[in-house]
Amino acid sequence: MEYPPRKIIAMIRAGMRDEVLSSNSMWFCLSCYMCTARCPRGVKPTELAHALESLANQQGFRIGGTSTPNMYRSFVGSIRGNGRVHEFGMMVRYYLSIIPALVAHPIATMKMAPLGLKLFSHRRLPLMPTRIKGKEDLSRIIRKFREVRGES
Amino acid sequence: MRYYSYFPGCSAESTGLGLGLSAQAIAEPLDMELIELEDWNCCGSTPYGSLAEEESIVVAARDLALAEKRGLDLVTPCSSCYVTLAKANRHLQEHPKLMAQVNEALAVAGLGYQGSLRVRHLVDVLVNDVTPEFIASKVKSGLNGLKVAPYYGCQLVRPQYGLDDTENPRSLDRLVECLGAEAVDFPLKARCCGGSLILSEEDKALELIRKLLQNAADNGAQCLATPCPLCQTNLDAYQSRVNARFKTSYKLPVLFITQLIGLALGIEAKSLGMNTNIVSPREVLDYIYNPVNYMTTHPVKQRG
Repeated sequence: MEYPPRKIIAMIRAGMRDEVLSSNSMWFCLSCYMCTARCPRGVKPTELAHALESLANQQGFRIGGTSTPNMYRSFVGSIRGNGRVHEFGMMVRYYLSIIPALVAHPIATMKMAPLGLKLFSHRRLPLMPTRIKGKEDLSRIIRKFREVRGES
Repeated sequence: MRYYSYFPGCSAESTGLGLGLSAQAIAEPLDMELIELEDWNCCGSTPYGSLAEEESIVVAARDLALAEKRGLDLVTPCSSCYVTLAKANRHLQEHPKLMAQVNEALAVAGLGYQGSLRVRHLVDVLVNDVTPEFIASKVKSGLNGLKVAPYYGCQLVRPQYGLDDTENPRSLDRLVECLGAEAVDFPLKARCCGGSLILSEEDKALELIRKLLQNAADNGAQCLATPCPLCQTNLDAYQSRVNARFKTSYKLPVLFITQLIGLALGIEAKSLGMNTNIVSPREVLDYIYNPVNYMTTHPVKQRG
């Protein structure tokens, strides 16, 4: 994590737009909402992290030092493709997107296999996705929403 | 009989299969009917809201609209679905302009949302509608004082939708206790397990998981119980990764709270998906079903 939360807020106030959006700090937010629940001034740092992530993603900033953006994209790709998250497909998509990192650490990569097998053998990682009937409806709703918001 | 619209969430069909199976299994004996929302889509969860904050609301809104048509409270057993749907719901109720735009988008699929729905977590329903007292009256095989660490995780109690205290929640403790089990003191009960970052930042998440397991073990827990499918997967499936990394030897079964309730209601283990648990819950089952046998094979450890 490059900058702690208070520094990020100070950077935003100082107008350091590109430095903020290209940093990896907000991608380390776990969305545990502890900061939001505790802040006596009603600041919502969790929402701030999500907003910064969304801006960085929409404006195509490349983020170094974490593969969380790849993981999120794989997750959202699975929703857009099936209407639901297919966890096995999402994981395959994610690991394919970080192949260079996997190749750089072959032993760590091999050690992931038993975990996947355990989930699979306990019926917790079905190979086939569930597709909803309204998948096309969902795509149309999203397209229309972008149009209405002037984002398409 | 109480009726609810039911939103299982994607993981209830895969990594959280035990939650999906056990939530359905306990409904009937507790006089609930969970009517699955027809053709529901993924709520979007944290990743969608992180990549496209506004668009994620319209994704959740399709589910809200489908549920509003039936007019029953929308109940989900998944903490992430709960926060995502409840947050989208509240955001739409508070922002009429966005609501109008969302409705324009929903209209292409013949849907619309007025904002009248209540989104609830299954734990809320169990504690406040069904009540621990009623559950206790249905208990067939009490849990013999089984020591359980009630693990809330984050999104059941935060940010704050009024369900429970955000720092020291009690609702799961009450559910555990009404089954004849003992809710052990568990100071980290509402701390984060690392969530989905287990995939992208495994080292950091494993450290969080280790702290949780250590805290539960230090307080004498024989198992943990949680409602959250992601917490359960992290603590259960990744427990061997924690052991490998930190040279520890945790062997703590992690049950869904609905599995624990099901066991006390006398539902057979298989219907509760107990065979989908990765850290074997065998000892917990022995303790519940055959305490005399358990005591002879597990002499009381001297402490200190």
